[in-house]
Amino acid sequence: MADIDVPVLGDPAEREIPAIHPGAMAGSKPYVAQAVHQEPLGFAGELPEDWQAKALGRMGDLLGRYRSLQVFMDICVKCGACTDKCHYFIGTGDPKNMPVARQDLFRSVYRRYFTPAGRALGAIGLGSLVGAKEFTRELLDEWFNYFHQCSQCRRCSVFCPYGIDTAEVSMAARDVMNHIGMGHKYANEIIGKVHKIGNNLGLPAPALLDTLEGLEEDVKDETGQDVKFPIDVEGAEVLLVTPSADFFAEPHVLGLIGYAKVFHAAGISWTLSTKASEAGNFGMFIGNYEQMRKISMRIREAAQELKVKRIVFGECGHAWRVAYSFLNTLAGPWDFLDPRYPVPQHILEVTDGLIKKGGIKLDKSGNDGMVLTVHDSCNVARASRMGDCPGGQFTIPRDVIKASVPKFVDMHPDTTHEKTFCCGGGGGLLTDELLDLRVKGAKPRMEALKDVIDREGVTHMAAMCAICKAQFTKILPIYGYDREMVVSVHQLVSNSILLGNND
Amino acid sequence: MAYSVSGKSIEADEEGYLVDINQWNEELADLIAKDEGITMSPEHWEVVNFLREYYAEYQIAPAVRVLTKAIAKKMGPEKGSNKYLYELFPYGPGKQACKIAGLPKPTGCV
Repeated sequence: MADIDVPVLGDPAEREIPAIHPGAMAGSKPYVAQAVHQEPLGFAGELPEDWQAKALGRMGDLLGRYRSLQVFMDICVKCGACTDKCHYFIGTGDPKNMPVARQDLFRSVYRRYFTPAGRALGAIGLGSLVGAKEFTRELLDEWFNYFHQCSQCRRCSVFCPYGIDTAEVSMAARDVMNHIGMGHKYANEIIGKVHKIGNNLGLPAPALLDTLEGLEEDVKDETGQDVKFPIDVEGAEVLLVTPSADFFAEPHVLGLIGYAKVFHAAGISWTLSTKASEAGNFGMFIGNYEQMRKISMRIREAAQELKVKRIVFGECGHAWRVAYSFLNTLAGPWDFLDPRYPVPQHILEVTDGLIKKGGIKLDKSGNDGMVLTVHDSCNVARASRMGDCPGGQFTIPRDVIKASVPKFVDMHPDTTHEKTFCCGGGGGLLTDELLDLRVKGAKPRMEALKDVIDREGVTHMAAMCAICKAQFTKILPIYGYDREMVVSVHQLVSNSILLGNND
Repeated sequence: MAYSVSGKSIEADEEGYLVDINQWNEELADLIAKDEGITMSPEHWEVVNFLREYYAEYQIAPAVRVLTKAIAKKMGPEKGSNKYLYELFPYGPGKQACKIAGLPKPTGCV
């Protein structure tokens, strides 16, 4: 880690637009997927000689399929409002990490091959007059590098007067690259494991059962209560679909213990599923509808096989985006579920409802000495909602945290709610070879966190997404903070919930 | 990439995880550890051996919590913590210890 140049943290209220460092991140790229990761997903194993024709063919498909992509290509007026809004630009100063420049990698190819002016002028070498570029191998390599420096967090789109969504452009570019055999190893290896084993981690059913048994013992030792972690229980009311990191990593697992305690205390029967032992859906990160659908269908099949009445999602940012925004079209209709509950529901909605109706009781002294802030996850904040009124995705997590801890403080308003910054590891970038980028991309969040640590004595930051939790666990020590500062929201519930005598 | 042990070349992926886990041996573990800046102590070996035993049974590395509990049982409760494991394997007990134990890298949001 000695080669990582850790950014100096400034004041979030006076954040400066960084000086430009052209090419600063030109060498940053993830590992290219090999045929063994590509082919099981139906993608080309390696780049063929006629890659350009194949790539343009796929671009044409996508432009026809997604009206939004076509509009985003045509509508940008280069006003510059997005330029300083990306955490990767703020952290690296590389001008190609300005959202408009990132889009232009795709747009320049679009203009060259899909617009009359670009086609005519491009043919006589004057494409640059209309922002058109030849789709060369060099440009393809730039696509690979810089479309894997976008975490698809959509912060830039909040500030774009036309609402251009760079995430959708990144997704389209990654889909084109997968199609021609230039996939992202981390994402595609993981998707392969979902199909083969059932989850991103590759945790086989016997290991999952052993882990859950261990958790039952731990909670029994700690509380004296028989809190269960049921799996594949037919006829349970709730199917809980949660990221597999919740079974494996810290602090994720402390959140899982929290969900189990909530169901236990409220008397709700629930089950996990070995088939749908993963909430995450990396099909979205690679922009591939077919993969996204295939991964979602596991949840439908599990729900039908287990005859549950409700589906609840655990703390996972992009899973909630897929669930909240797309699940009905991907894997619906859900007419076999209980219509009195939202389909699907977020665990924070369940817990918040129970707290407000007295279905569970919390004692804040369980979190004595802790001063909390919260990191709004990008996909929860900007691509979904919770509850039944606008902004519920901001108020509900805060209400649950405030009910669990003695003191809560929000970070600088330019870094929360719909303006939240990505943790730096979203969108399929949570891989070791991109650690330098991840550290730099975390700069604006770390500035805002440092600010409330210094001013308000904040001791912990709650997160509601497995990626955010893993990212902060990794990068907090690099910035000089304790890795255990990041906690699961339901870890706080777990520490404060009263079990046993709730009547 | 590849490791060279006793004149034999053992293939690994870009990050140094073994391509074929059956090629692992203790000499190789020492070499991988050295590349990672770690000198193997009896405590490191306790962790590595447990990972390999667990993997042999379940085809996956143990969850962090399963590992800390097993280490507490073997080496005393004061060593059964995430913090202690990070002292042994600073890049993270999951990934770094797996690499030294010749096991595949845990993937996903971890």
